[in-house]
Amino acid sequence: MSGIYIHIPFCKQACFYCDFHFSTSMAKRVEMVAALQQELKLRKDEFKNELVETIYFGGGTPSVLKSEEINNLIYSVYEHYRVSDNPEITLEANPDDLSKSRINEMSQSKINRLSIGIQSFFEDDLKLMNRAHSAIEAEESLIMATSQFDNISIDLIYGIPGATDAQWLQNIKKALSFNIPHISSYALTVEPNTALAHMVEKGKIANVDDEAAERQFNMLVDELEEKEFVHYEISNFGKEGYFSKNNTAYWQGKKYIGIGPSAHSYDGKERGWNIKNNIKYIKSIQANKLPIEIEILTTADRYNEYIMTGLRTIWGVSIVKITKEFGEKYSDYLIQQSAKSRSQNLLIIENNTIKVTKKGKFLADGLAADLFMV
Amino acid sequence: MKNIRNFCIIAHIDHGKSTLADRLLDFTGSVTDREKQDQLLDSMDLERERGITIKSHAIQMDYEFEGEKYVLNLIDTPGHVDFSYEVSRSIAACEGALLIVDAAQSIQAQTISNLYLALENDLEIIPVLNKVDLPSANPEEVTDDIVELLGCKPEEVIHASGKTGFGVGDILEAVINRIPAPEGNVDEPLQALVFDSVYNPFRGVETYFRVINGEIKKGQKIKFVATDKSYFADEVGTLKLNQIIKQSVKAGDVGYLITGIKDAREVKVGDTITDSANPTKNAIEGFEDVKPMVFAGIYPVDTDEFEELRSSMEKLQLNDASLVFAPESSAALGFGFRCGFLGMLHMEIIQERLEREFNMTVITTVPNVSYHAFTRKDPETPLIVNNPSDLPDPSSIDRVEEPYIKATIITKSDFVGNVMSLCIEKRGQITNQTYLTTERVELSFDMPLAEIVFDFYDRLKTVSKGYASFDYTPIGMRVSKLVRVDILLNSQPVDALSALIHADNAVHIGKKMCEKLKELIPRQQFDIPIQAAIGAKIISRETTKALRKDVTAKCYGGDISRKRKLLEKQKKGKKRMRQVGNVEVPQEAFMAVLKLND
Repeated sequence: MSGIYIHIPFCKQACFYCDFHFSTSMAKRVEMVAALQQELKLRKDEFKNELVETIYFGGGTPSVLKSEEINNLIYSVYEHYRVSDNPEITLEANPDDLSKSRINEMSQSKINRLSIGIQSFFEDDLKLMNRAHSAIEAEESLIMATSQFDNISIDLIYGIPGATDAQWLQNIKKALSFNIPHISSYALTVEPNTALAHMVEKGKIANVDDEAAERQFNMLVDELEEKEFVHYEISNFGKEGYFSKNNTAYWQGKKYIGIGPSAHSYDGKERGWNIKNNIKYIKSIQANKLPIEIEILTTADRYNEYIMTGLRTIWGVSIVKITKEFGEKYSDYLIQQSAKSRSQNLLIIENNTIKVTKKGKFLADGLAADLFMV
Repeated sequence: MKNIRNFCIIAHIDHGKSTLADRLLDFTGSVTDREKQDQLLDSMDLERERGITIKSHAIQMDYEFEGEKYVLNLIDTPGHVDFSYEVSRSIAACEGALLIVDAAQSIQAQTISNLYLALENDLEIIPVLNKVDLPSANPEEVTDDIVELLGCKPEEVIHASGKTGFGVGDILEAVINRIPAPEGNVDEPLQALVFDSVYNPFRGVETYFRVINGEIKKGQKIKFVATDKSYFADEVGTLKLNQIIKQSVKAGDVGYLITGIKDAREVKVGDTITDSANPTKNAIEGFEDVKPMVFAGIYPVDTDEFEELRSSMEKLQLNDASLVFAPESSAALGFGFRCGFLGMLHMEIIQERLEREFNMTVITTVPNVSYHAFTRKDPETPLIVNNPSDLPDPSSIDRVEEPYIKATIITKSDFVGNVMSLCIEKRGQITNQTYLTTERVELSFDMPLAEIVFDFYDRLKTVSKGYASFDYTPIGMRVSKLVRVDILLNSQPVDALSALIHADNAVHIGKKMCEKLKELIPRQQFDIPIQAAIGAKIISRETTKALRKDVTAKCYGGDISRKRKLLEKQKKGKKRMRQVGNVEVPQEAFMAVLKLND
């Protein structure tokens, strides 16, 4: 199983918190799409005979491209790769791009999953984060999308300065009212070199409050679990059968090819990342040269990554798998290093698998770091 | 002997001593192009990285001048007050000194005190105005400063640039013409001054010496006067970039000696080497057993590494005889060593060498000076307190004495006010104020040595915008009103964080320590109260709040690599933390008291 990620590096406007790679200038759109198709062609032999089971359009904002352009990219994948019979094909979309006609177009295409950047149903929150859409657009887009698509995920952000617990609860309830099968929900994070970081530093916006974030996270978990969502990764909740296959592949160490500027690729041993600059990316691809930098992962690197991603998921870290893939030295180390956190009821061993407990969930990174081999 | 010249260089840090030395070696053809590198004489990585000289070095240059062949021995000396004794011995081994002064910065306190040392030893001083090519150079004014200080003629000041090599020929000419040849008698019994030693893991201790009288021969049975130990001279020679083996080194010359000594403590800087059978009657004056000025505990971060730390310290002592240590134990940190250092730089160097050369991760505790406590029972006998936790119960104390120094600070007149405020805050009493020129002022203070240990250098630099230089000499013990400030983490006293502080400053400093520790101790899974106390009385409190959230929201394909590296770094940091009770305390927190004003 393997996946293809295609990065669409354009946005209408910059959300204050975002540190992904994008440009708000669409001037190079046509060249970019051509370059993405060309990169798909250049890398067609990397997967050998493996089946592509997921295709994911991420960004930036993939929905700023025309349906035709997205379709051409999908066709390029089918042209150069072996695609499974029923692949998961996801498009990230923003509410303001989701007109009725656009949703109809997409439902005619091979896209079978939408990930919609709702973030909040409150106008104040959306303004504070500089989102391009309004609260009304958020609701309308969902009404329309659910009429044509069954497999829909939405993004919600919690821990927004100024937003109360009561508002957050309303957000959750509102989201649930649309009967969608998947929600990704993120704590607002102040990433360095973002507008948000600047505003917090200048005191224009209060810094995010970890205690509020923790409370709201717990509210979210409780509300969604009651509605039979499975909390299968720290920030992801899905009904049975609706987990994101593409994202699950990342956490399980599966292979993926990342197409487009800033996209990452992984083949089980090496990780590569494309240059984070639209113009340089296009120029390089036009010259048939992959603008990629590669690092080879050591055994310890791969072990650390498995710990880091595994602990975030419901599947945890399998001690059997550790012994098989990395050797007993690693599994012994893991058991020994985890003793303290287990005694504090932050980690637990169940069926030969190490997992975070409910108490440990919001501390997963630190718990993972403790188990690292450095 | 008449064609030998022995000289050293006196300069302030950054005034270009090492670069100018490089040019001298270059000009005299003492290095080949292949051997060239910056700061050639500073052989330790630490010296090159920090741009400082820690060890003395010697190098011999051959130079032909007006048809005569000369041997020039340059002895490079450390530039830091911690090593002033080594400097004094290097100066005693020479007949002349280059006084290097930065043409933009003029004369600094350290330079002056070393200059006085050189004048006391009757050295011929050759003033060199360095960095004359800098746009900020102020040659006229700085020349006036030098003339005033030395009483020389302006035309005797040589203009030079270590960067371009300008003036190097003039310097060599002055070395030959102005510095007297050594005087001494080859036929008298051997009398040689040890000015440094280095430890070579294969050859044992290499002793650097200057022969005053007689000669030192290969195979000769020699004796060190102060230690009263005899050895055979297995190898003698002179010091070029590499050692040149000789059959003998004669009066007036500088050389090295190998005797198979494996412990640096057996070779004492300032000692006299003589012939075992026919010893000199006169040991060379000025020998001192160097005493540590600053004490601190050194503990392994991992308690299992105590024995490894012991063996590393022993090895380190083999090549740094000025390091002293004795085992001690701390309730908070377990087993470790109380170590004595020449000063704060020396302490930093030891810690860094332990980490680099011996791969030890150590905790250094709050440094302190050596106090004398007198109990009511026996008010005449001092109890030596090298560790705050050794201070007897306050109710049984008659008085406590602490070491005082005479501090000399040279600064620009604009900063006199700032410097005075700082020194008074540091319990200094001004004893003298002299205008060296209209712009430059020399201030003298009597101050407790302990105040120098606590962030004095950095503050002095800040209040004077870098335009202050500082030097000190010990002036004995004085009675002081000292109390011990203890720190409690999670209600448990941490003895390694205790400090002796003057009663008037204790509350203020206790508060600052709590604030600093709050900043340095990472949030953990529970609230951590941080308290400062004098006896049973809590004087300050802060709380490190429990960690509520430690997980990134997103972890997809593009995030994994960056995030893994971030967490790896975090884990490495954690490995350098020490569990005290149930609190994880980072290495640097134990030195927090030194950085209260950062």
